[in-house]
Amino acid sequence: MRLNLRELQQRLFGNPDDGLTPVTLDRRRIFILPSRAGLLFALTLLVMLLAAINYNLALGHALVFLLAGLGLVGMVHTFRNLHGLRITPGRCAPVFAGETAEFKLLLDNDRPGSRYGLMLEAEKGLSASSSVGGGNQASVGVPVHAHRRGWLPLPRTRLSTRYPLGLFTAWSYLQPGMRCLVYPKPLPQALPDGLWAAQGSGNGSGGQEDFAGFRERQTTDSLRHVAWKASARDDGSRPLLVKQFAGGSDSQLELAWSATDPTVDDETRLSVLTGWVLAADQGRIPFSLSLPGVSIPAGNGAAHRQRCLEALALFRT
Amino acid sequence: MKRSQPDPLSREQTPWLFAAALVTTLPHTLQQPWWLSALGGLLFAWAFLLWREDRRLPGRWILLALVVAGIAAILADFRTLLGREAGVATLVLFMAMKLLELRSRRDATVIVMLGYFLLLTHYFHSQDIPTGLWLLFALWVVTAALVRLQAATMPPRENLFQAGSLLAQALPFMLVLYLLFPRINGPLWGLPADAFTGQTGLSDSMAPGNIANLVRSGEIAFRVRFDEALPARQQLYWRGPVLESFDGRTWRQSTRPANPERIEELGPRIAYEMTLEAHGQRWLLALDAPVTLPAGANLDGRLSALAPRPVEKRQRLRLSSSPAYRLNTAESPLSLSDNLRLPANNNPQTRELARNWQAQANDPAEVIALALRHFREEPFHYTLQPPLLGRDGIDDFLFRTRRGFCEHYAAAFVVLMRNAGIPARVVTGYQGGELNPRDGYLVVRQSEAHAWAEVWLEQRGWIRVDPTAAVAPERIERGIVDALPAGEPLPAFLLRHGDWLHDLRHRWEALNNAWNQHILGYDTQRQRDLLSRLGFAVDWRQLVIALGLACALILALVTAWSLRQRIRPAPEIRLWHRAQRRIGIHCAPGETPLAFAARLRAADPALAARFDPVVRHFMLARYAPDNPNSLAALAAAVKRLPRRRIA
Repeated sequence: MRLNLRELQQRLFGNPDDGLTPVTLDRRRIFILPSRAGLLFALTLLVMLLAAINYNLALGHALVFLLAGLGLVGMVHTFRNLHGLRITPGRCAPVFAGETAEFKLLLDNDRPGSRYGLMLEAEKGLSASSSVGGGNQASVGVPVHAHRRGWLPLPRTRLSTRYPLGLFTAWSYLQPGMRCLVYPKPLPQALPDGLWAAQGSGNGSGGQEDFAGFRERQTTDSLRHVAWKASARDDGSRPLLVKQFAGGSDSQLELAWSATDPTVDDETRLSVLTGWVLAADQGRIPFSLSLPGVSIPAGNGAAHRQRCLEALALFRT
Repeated sequence: MKRSQPDPLSREQTPWLFAAALVTTLPHTLQQPWWLSALGGLLFAWAFLLWREDRRLPGRWILLALVVAGIAAILADFRTLLGREAGVATLVLFMAMKLLELRSRRDATVIVMLGYFLLLTHYFHSQDIPTGLWLLFALWVVTAALVRLQAATMPPRENLFQAGSLLAQALPFMLVLYLLFPRINGPLWGLPADAFTGQTGLSDSMAPGNIANLVRSGEIAFRVRFDEALPARQQLYWRGPVLESFDGRTWRQSTRPANPERIEELGPRIAYEMTLEAHGQRWLLALDAPVTLPAGANLDGRLSALAPRPVEKRQRLRLSSSPAYRLNTAESPLSLSDNLRLPANNNPQTRELARNWQAQANDPAEVIALALRHFREEPFHYTLQPPLLGRDGIDDFLFRTRRGFCEHYAAAFVVLMRNAGIPARVVTGYQGGELNPRDGYLVVRQSEAHAWAEVWLEQRGWIRVDPTAAVAPERIERGIVDALPAGEPLPAFLLRHGDWLHDLRHRWEALNNAWNQHILGYDTQRQRDLLSRLGFAVDWRQLVIALGLACALILALVTAWSLRQRIRPAPEIRLWHRAQRRIGIHCAPGETPLAFAARLRAADPALAARFDPVVRHFMLARYAPDNPNSLAALAAAVKRLPRRRIA
């Protein structure tokens, strides 16, 4: 029977959990090997031993032996620094493609002493370090680059430590079943006027009849909408004001797949739409989103924004 | 342009590395050339200032220039980079320079390893108790710096505690390794020429002032433990090199080939163990006259015991001597004529005096008596500070200055005897010793260095004559402190008896002796003795197995101890868990005690009735902790629960 590498790796280092329950590190999950500094230490000790023998230094022998003992004790304590540590998967806030996702892991230390120098690494060259006080918890975000939109699963994560002496590296592999939603990378684009709902007057300032009050100007608001008189009433320290109109359906945006440039590829069109969603949300303008096969009615607020971004993130995945 | 540094050091870590560098190099300032200490100090101050001002470290070219300059200076001073002293100097220099290159954790690791190595080099100079204590302290600091590298945010106090705790846990390993690690007697390869420097002791020649200088040293030459009673002080002549050829100023060993001695023992032997300090020469300073010697040692034809190799480390020797003896009654004519030879046209007054005595006396013994009487009755003074002597040194001493130390008396006496036709020679060594009442060892210091004379008489062989005894009998009977005239400044270590400092010194030296005998003196032989006493066969394979087992055992103990530490849940929680174990049903995660009780009621009302008090008392103990009785009530309720087999 052939065992492929992946399977073998899974057998050796993988763990059978569902990835959702807390994991307590025990001796089967912890691996330990000398670090580069440890090898240098061993070499130093060897040279010291030779010098002690050659020059007949009784205390030199004692020093070498004490340091050898220190190395062994250091090994035990490096192992101990991971042993019994409990890791609970946490949440991961959605990010935009191109950003770094942070998968939160909760580290639980049920020992009276602190655990220092814990390092979490899911992607080569990208790590987070932490320490957990005695009888305490710490939340660490494991950073992973989000390159593409969609679900980003947390890769196998290496939890390692060299504390206290740096002579040994102890590590354990974690495979929490965590995933992070990655929104498409937004393309910042001004909202084209053609997106305003058809019922409006078409110039982008629909619903001008029912004045509802003022609100602070957002960067996406055209300067044409600024209520200059109202803004001039204070000393200029506050942002400019724009008039807000109540008018239901006629002051909303229709963000549609069909409105994007059909000559560019799908991902770019999604990025453009994402940019529009963000702009509309920032301007607090109600908007609807329609993609082929997906239609989200007009609305606004954080939940609406998230629903739209999620639809964009998972579109045709 | 700028390379990215992996693991950059944080600002808080650097001072710890400065401290590590300082404690490991500071004691070397006592030995190394002054310019190196000054350079090291400057580099250190520079690194410290850069750190304090948060400025950039110097570039690579500046460092390279510094390294080249430093190595050139070492080469100029020591003429090599490979010797022991030059090697240490290079390491000290690198340590100071590395502080200016302290960017990443890797640089810091190099500092720590270099620090550990430098600790070892301190032992080249001294292995005494204060050095040992200082090194323990330095080891602690360096280890704390190493811990710091892994935990930059740790509070300093905890950091020091951690380092101390790790070292304390390493101690059992050290003990086991020290006792069981198969000892190899060095050296493994040829030692550099400067391996043993700065040792004091007798030299193979004697010129006026040599021994007087030696006497100013309070260093211990050797310690002796007699198997039986301490012999009389007048018998304690420890024999070093015998000096037979004289050039008018300096006495040297003769190059005449040795004839084996013929010793007739006239009394019982004295057996003793000598712990001889390293002195870089071959003689063993046995008590006159040595009859049994340790393996490999031999007599040099002039009754001086010689080791096969120069004594470069402290040695323990078994010896026995016969204080009453007759030596070489049939001496070779060559030896006798050698011991009559004097430089021509030298010391004419002395010659005349000796010829006069020879004319007066009937036999050589009478000449000797006349000479001793001369020393006793003429105004001779025993002093550590004799005036300078001219070309005819013996004439000057005998007729002009009349102030001298043992070497002057011995030399003058031998020149007198040779002029009177009696074969005579100078013997150097030590005389006397001080019994340390704390441990019963006789301590012989460099200050007990002495020179006396030997004359050869028909039928009686070589006889010891100590002219110093004629001038200052106290020197032989009580020691140098009493022999020197009052008012003569004594070297600081020479203390009068009865002084409280004297007693303190006895204690300190007894402690040092124990340290030397049992810790520093633990060698292949002692290891073998100890192991055979413990019932091990003395075989390195067995040693390695025993060592492995012992280390594994300690490792297991340390592991178990360190993993055992857990925060214990509060007592009521433990009782609550015990109650669940007892009934074999467990509270689900997130289930409150009351919900658990309700679930239990639905499943098994009879059991629930007995479990309800547990729930009630648990809630009271947990949430109304002021009542001291609730815990006891909970314990009682748990005890009343029926035991269920866990399915």
